[in-house]
Amino acid sequence: MLMKKKKREGAEINGSSMADIAFLLLIFFLVTTTINVDTGIGMVLPPPLDEEVDPPPIRERNQMNILVNAQGLILMDEQPVSINEVRQKLMEFIDNPNNDETLAVSPEAAIVSLKTQKETPYRIYIDMLDEVMGAYKELRDAASRANYGVEFNRLQPESPQREQIQDMYPKKISIAAEEG
Amino acid sequence: MAGHFKKKQAGTKQEVPTSAMPDVVFMLLFFFMVTTVLREVTLKVKLDLTQASQIEKIEEKRLVSYIYMGPERLPGNQLGDDKVQIDDQIIDDIGAIRNIMYDKLLEEPRLIVSLRVDENSRFELLSDVQKELQQAGTFRINYSTKREE
Repeated sequence: MLMKKKKREGAEINGSSMADIAFLLLIFFLVTTTINVDTGIGMVLPPPLDEEVDPPPIRERNQMNILVNAQGLILMDEQPVSINEVRQKLMEFIDNPNNDETLAVSPEAAIVSLKTQKETPYRIYIDMLDEVMGAYKELRDAASRANYGVEFNRLQPESPQREQIQDMYPKKISIAAEEG
Repeated sequence: MAGHFKKKQAGTKQEVPTSAMPDVVFMLLFFFMVTTVLREVTLKVKLDLTQASQIEKIEEKRLVSYIYMGPERLPGNQLGDDKVQIDDQIIDDIGAIRNIMYDKLLEEPRLIVSLRVDENSRFELLSDVQKELQQAGTFRINYSTKREE
């Protein structure tokens, strides 16, 4: 009667529910994962100005001064313009197809200077910057289509073609807050 | 003759082996566990992003460091002055941003600074922060915006 049971059951864990547990975890991570893509306007800031060295001289015709005030009113080289005209005007200034004496000598030399009043809301500043970026994008697209038959963003990253177009239309944008 | 055209019936049972399913599911699970970013920042400033059309995606999220700017959230649903937040802290001294960002740049030389700025915040603050970024040497920035509809 006191004899121990000899027969042992095979020690096996039932693995059939493992799939269910894994599925549950999987669903949890699926739900919590937010694949939110960050989008925004990319920029490269210029290096800080050296106080002792004077900035290189810039010919007046190569610089487009854009002033934006807190109400969103725009001056381009002292001319009041509406935001819808900015892109067209900028493209004319950078590309200068008719070799106008008052516009940029070449696209490489063109500098867009964006000056904003201190009180300006960020929204207005971004709208303005968006137009500047739009002007450069259209010019780069046009050059890319003429040379390679595709739009600029469809060129391979870091390919010589892409770099050539970038060198043709370098984004030279200076951003400053208006003093005073 | 008719017997020649009789279709052969498969003798075995048609069953998909399911023993490998847990492995497949675990693999998917690990994928999602690895890609999930649990590091969430509690925002101490109000943030409504503005919209723009000339935008690009940031593909390499590991390179990104965020700077938040907007009116400070005060207790009782009130909004204070425009403040700068980096990671979990509000930075009151704008001059300190230089060192913070420089340290981050040393850790990640290809750093991209994503500026998440409230659409109504003043340009002056952004301008001051950008001057600090220039001093820190973090030149690659990104103005975070939504896609224009």
